[in-house]
Amino acid sequence: MGGPHGHRLHFHAHSPVHRAPAHLKILGLLGFMLLVVATPRGWWPAYAAFLAVIGVVVALSHVPPTYLLKRMVVEVPFVLFAVLLPFVSRGPEVEVLGLGVSEPGLQAGATLLAKGTIGVLASLTLAATTEPQSLLAGLERLRLPQQLVQIMAFMVRYLDVVTAEMHRMRIARESRGFTARNPRHWPVLARSLGALFIRSYERGERVHLAMLSRGYTGRMPR
Amino acid sequence: MHVPDGFLDAPTSIGTGVVAALAVGVALRAARRELDDRTAPLAGLVAAFVFATQMITFPVGAGTSGHLLGGALTAVLVGPFTGVLCLSVVFLVQSLLFADGGITALGTNIDLMGVVTVSVGWLVFRGLQAVLPRRLSVVAPAAAVAALVSVPAAAAVFVVLYAVGGTADIPLDTLTGAMVGVHVLIGIGEAVITFLAVASIVAVRPDLVHGARRVLARRELEIRPTSAGVSA
Repeated sequence: MGGPHGHRLHFHAHSPVHRAPAHLKILGLLGFMLLVVATPRGWWPAYAAFLAVIGVVVALSHVPPTYLLKRMVVEVPFVLFAVLLPFVSRGPEVEVLGLGVSEPGLQAGATLLAKGTIGVLASLTLAATTEPQSLLAGLERLRLPQQLVQIMAFMVRYLDVVTAEMHRMRIARESRGFTARNPRHWPVLARSLGALFIRSYERGERVHLAMLSRGYTGRMPR
Repeated sequence: MHVPDGFLDAPTSIGTGVVAALAVGVALRAARRELDDRTAPLAGLVAAFVFATQMITFPVGAGTSGHLLGGALTAVLVGPFTGVLCLSVVFLVQSLLFADGGITALGTNIDLMGVVTVSVGWLVFRGLQAVLPRRLSVVAPAAAVAALVSVPAAAAVFVVLYAVGGTADIPLDTLTGAMVGVHVLIGIGEAVITFLAVASIVAVRPDLVHGARRVLARRELEIRPTSAGVSA
């Protein structure tokens, strides 16, 4: 179980990377990451080159590196796993700081860490330089099924509404002196969850009716 | 936790991507039957709900906390096919807009936390509904058992994928023990929260719960006289 997901990552700026068509950026990210994932373990110069590529793209995008570095916390649970690998893997042992660890495990852990870090950095760069709306348009150009793009569009559009609703519910709980500390407090949280579902679903119904009354026939007008 | 880039090798990642695309394709066709033309707005709002759900942290004690995966919960609330669609869109958005879960691991994440949890959860739920008495009060416990089974099932499928395309040489019995063991614990938490959430929704709006539709269809309108003329 990971931590809470952060706020929107988009960083407003004017740069060639921001202006590049979203579908090319998505394809670029996918191709780049497949290349990274397919690189055999232990090819350190290749990983350095991948990192350099990201560095150049970030420099071109005018996104401050500290902005991206701060948001790399999504990687933390996975770093823990990579650190554990040398201790649970099989193979000949080497000594590191007086501890006997598996050599292939050490290499696998380091490779995993490198690939994961490159992946998170590359995804962060895409998220920071692409507006959700152009991302949707890009996915549509990539022939993602219409219906899926529409569902995603609604999700993106109402994400802030639903999370703000949830935030207001939390403020309401806390202003009544409630703080969740242990599993005994789960019923309260779970009931909030239920209420949030009912509100989201009913909002979906209202949105649908509003769309019908404006002539929606199952497809979005262009 | 989302599978990041580089966890499974490239051929396995592509394979899981193909499986995920097929599953989403099937779900797209079938979800129209569950929701008809309401699919886009409703599934979108439910996806936003699932996303928000994963932000609510449940304290476990000693400073740690976890959040709901929500596969079985979504399946019971909106039906299995819409559920797969909602969760797939959530993973797509998390991967592209929030850098959570690698883009090459998107197929793996959709398969494990979307397709496996929803289908296992739904099958268990349906199986329980078939053997247990058809009452509204059975819906929440059945959803809880579905959630309990769905989480370790996803962990077990992860172990299988790892055996096929894992990038580090971990003894499989160690991995199986650790993954399934930890996820049984997570599954218990998931089951308790799913039970409480479904029970609260069934109490207020049972008509919104997809898994309760069959039970509701059998209910007939009844007129209950109140004792002192005061409605309870």
